[in-house]
Amino acid sequence: MYTHNTDLLVIGAGLSGERIAVEAAQAGFSVICLSIVPARRSHSSAAQGGMQAALGNCALGENDHPDVHFADTVKGSDWGCDQEVARMFANTAPIEMRRLAHWGVPWNRVVAGTSFYFKGGEKFEKTEAKEKAGLITARSFGGTAKWRTCYTSDGTGHAVMCTMDNKCAELGIAVLDRKEAIALIHDGQKCMGAVVRCLRTGRLETYLATATAICSGGFGRLYAATTNAIICDGGAAAMALDTGLVPIGNPEAIQFHPTGIVPTEILVTEGCRGDGGTLLDVHEERFMHIYEPQKAELASRDVVARRMLEHIRAGHGVPSAYGEHLWLDIRHLGDEHISTKLREVDEICQNFLGVDPRTQLIPVRPTQHYTMAGIRTNKTGAAYGLKGLFSAGEAACWDMHGFNRLGGNSLAETVVAGGIIGRYVVDYLKNTDLCFSSALVKAELARQQERIDDLMASRLGKENVYAVRKDMQEALTEGCFVFRNAQGLQRCVHILKEVLDRAGKIGLVSNGLGANHELGAALKIQGQVRLALCVATAALARTESRGSHNREDYPERNDAQWLKRTLAYWPQDNLAPKLEYEEATPYFEIPPGDRGYGGGSIIPADAEKIAAKTMQNQE
Amino acid sequence: MARTLTFEIFRYNPAIPEQKPQMQCFTLAETANMTLFIALNRLREEQDPSLVFDFCCRAGICGSCGMVVNGRPRLACQTKTADLPERIILLPLPVFKLVGDLSVDTGVWFRDMYQKTRSWIHTKKAFDSDQEEERMDNAVAEQIYELERCVECGCCIAACGTARMRDDFLGAASLNRIARFALDPRDERTDQDYFEIIGNDYGIFGCMGLLACEDVCPKHLPLQNQLGFLRRKMGITALKQLFRKSSCAS
Repeated sequence: MYTHNTDLLVIGAGLSGERIAVEAAQAGFSVICLSIVPARRSHSSAAQGGMQAALGNCALGENDHPDVHFADTVKGSDWGCDQEVARMFANTAPIEMRRLAHWGVPWNRVVAGTSFYFKGGEKFEKTEAKEKAGLITARSFGGTAKWRTCYTSDGTGHAVMCTMDNKCAELGIAVLDRKEAIALIHDGQKCMGAVVRCLRTGRLETYLATATAICSGGFGRLYAATTNAIICDGGAAAMALDTGLVPIGNPEAIQFHPTGIVPTEILVTEGCRGDGGTLLDVHEERFMHIYEPQKAELASRDVVARRMLEHIRAGHGVPSAYGEHLWLDIRHLGDEHISTKLREVDEICQNFLGVDPRTQLIPVRPTQHYTMAGIRTNKTGAAYGLKGLFSAGEAACWDMHGFNRLGGNSLAETVVAGGIIGRYVVDYLKNTDLCFSSALVKAELARQQERIDDLMASRLGKENVYAVRKDMQEALTEGCFVFRNAQGLQRCVHILKEVLDRAGKIGLVSNGLGANHELGAALKIQGQVRLALCVATAALARTESRGSHNREDYPERNDAQWLKRTLAYWPQDNLAPKLEYEEATPYFEIPPGDRGYGGGSIIPADAEKIAAKTMQNQE
Repeated sequence: MARTLTFEIFRYNPAIPEQKPQMQCFTLAETANMTLFIALNRLREEQDPSLVFDFCCRAGICGSCGMVVNGRPRLACQTKTADLPERIILLPLPVFKLVGDLSVDTGVWFRDMYQKTRSWIHTKKAFDSDQEEERMDNAVAEQIYELERCVECGCCIAACGTARMRDDFLGAASLNRIARFALDPRDERTDQDYFEIIGNDYGIFGCMGLLACEDVCPKHLPLQNQLGFLRRKMGITALKQLFRKSSCAS
């Protein structure tokens, strides 16, 4: 038995995981980070745009304040977020950006003087103040009142990931790659670590820890079309769900990105539109301003995604071999801007499409992008249901995003939440002693080995894992995408239940030895289908439209009934998830109001109830 | 005209040592906009699920999928089959330890590199959350980012003549890492500190100047310039050292 002991076990070595690890290591605790891929290849590194923090250094961010950032975040969430958590986030973000600067992130800085920028295809002038020169600057991003998104060229996630991983190296933290957690070890009360499959040898190992943090990112790969990396497959979230004790918060809250390229679904950053890129239809004419006269292309991303599909449905899409799409136009931004500020976008177009964005249009359409959904935690990052289990970043439902997160808030959340939750993890480690039961560990290890043996010997059936996975992805994409309705969702749930049955009857085609991919896929498919069923079932139950959850049959945001968060549990041996609900927020700093874009009417909540929960200004 | 592609792929599973390494042939009908990411996944899902290879972001950002494609190290995800002949030969990157088939262990190699180069900002200053950040010229920030763009795919190491001959050679990715910190005003290390890491045969003086590293870098990092810059800098440091020693001796 390969057993490792540590104070803190972090599952997923992306930005939030490593940020927690740093906090614990600096407090003197031993930490092991496990990752499917080398840490710097984590999906954090793919975020091009930036991190929102109200530093207010640049001209168009002048007079920005955490209050404004908080308000943008709550409005963006369509009042689905936990306002206490959103407040913690907005207040801490500027400090965290400065800390990252100290650790080595090469943030772009304010350059004094006059320069030009584009908005909605028009050219404007701005003047940066001399006294701000050299401070961290910011760019514009969809859905915000101020220019607030800190960035390093167009590789913010990559640059911050490098710095964070350097910090881990400096602190001597064990960051182990090609290690995939496949089951949590717990006694029904406390989490004690995980059973892990080594992706070099195929061997099982156990990691015992006083605290375990799941920071494994989102689960876009449940969908057929997603901007997410291959590794964002929901394996770790499903592992938490599999305990029967830990719920997924708001599984129906899934965000779609307006601009995935066609056909490979690779994301081109919202920075394109922030910098003045426009969307065109089959006639090569702009259309966003018809639907959203105020913000046009800069409206919140679910609004843009919805309007794009609406425009395609109205017969204005561009036909192609991969289905209809629209065009993103950045030609007018010019060679210098595209070569520097949007270099990754340029590379994606050249390398994956053979398109030169200086002279040609980029084919785009909406695609799955982000899961606000995740392992439900309280404000300290502690997961519901199991002591000693924490979660942060996209993997978690902490829940600052509610039903829609703003561009630049997710990447910021990784480090801001990682820092805050890291400090709570340290408190927990200081105050907790844990007895490990070797019998419990052996039993879990044996259970996992048996699953592997069953799959390798095809004892439970001969279903092909790739075929089953494809059917799950297609069912979810067909029935539970940007637009949803009862009929489509019922069908989706029905199909997924059949798929779940087949997922229990997988047999390997290959021998499963060593660094075998098919076995890895087979070990997680049941959990993935359960997760997909949580998404579809919760979407069917929520009879309103809020943020990125758009019900065609219930277009109103229903604050009277739905100012609450879904908690999806999967009790052992159940064939369907069990849904519970809780209040969306412990109190309102900003009572529910119109988010100011996107249309749709609101069924108001009881005014007295809201007033009773609303904080009074301290004056 | 749709082509039929022939893939010749290196096969070896270290978990089955009795099976000798071999090349295996697969054929696949080419489709529009096909990349090696699409092709290899189709081969695994439709023909042979035991095939081992690495992809992660599939967007040329993460550096997972370095392999030798028709003789040249490159990222498979951003290799379009339309740019290749009908016969495609795929081999794992040399130098790195083989995980299986086309997958190599770049993770352990690069973590070891972080320790060798001490790949972090060395500063005596403590972070003060109440203070404004230290100012930096935007041009300097952009220069640092330019070198920070390395995705650690290992292509430059696999293509390096010296790295192929000696296991302890740091290689272009590591030397570029030193150049990144040498450029950063926040790092308090001196030329002498850097000299102790790279002023030797497994560092900058081991480079033979063949510069395949720059030719194959998928991020087009200016490796040639960085190697030249470090060689001059370290050469001068060595001369100063020599001069100081001889003046001490006299």
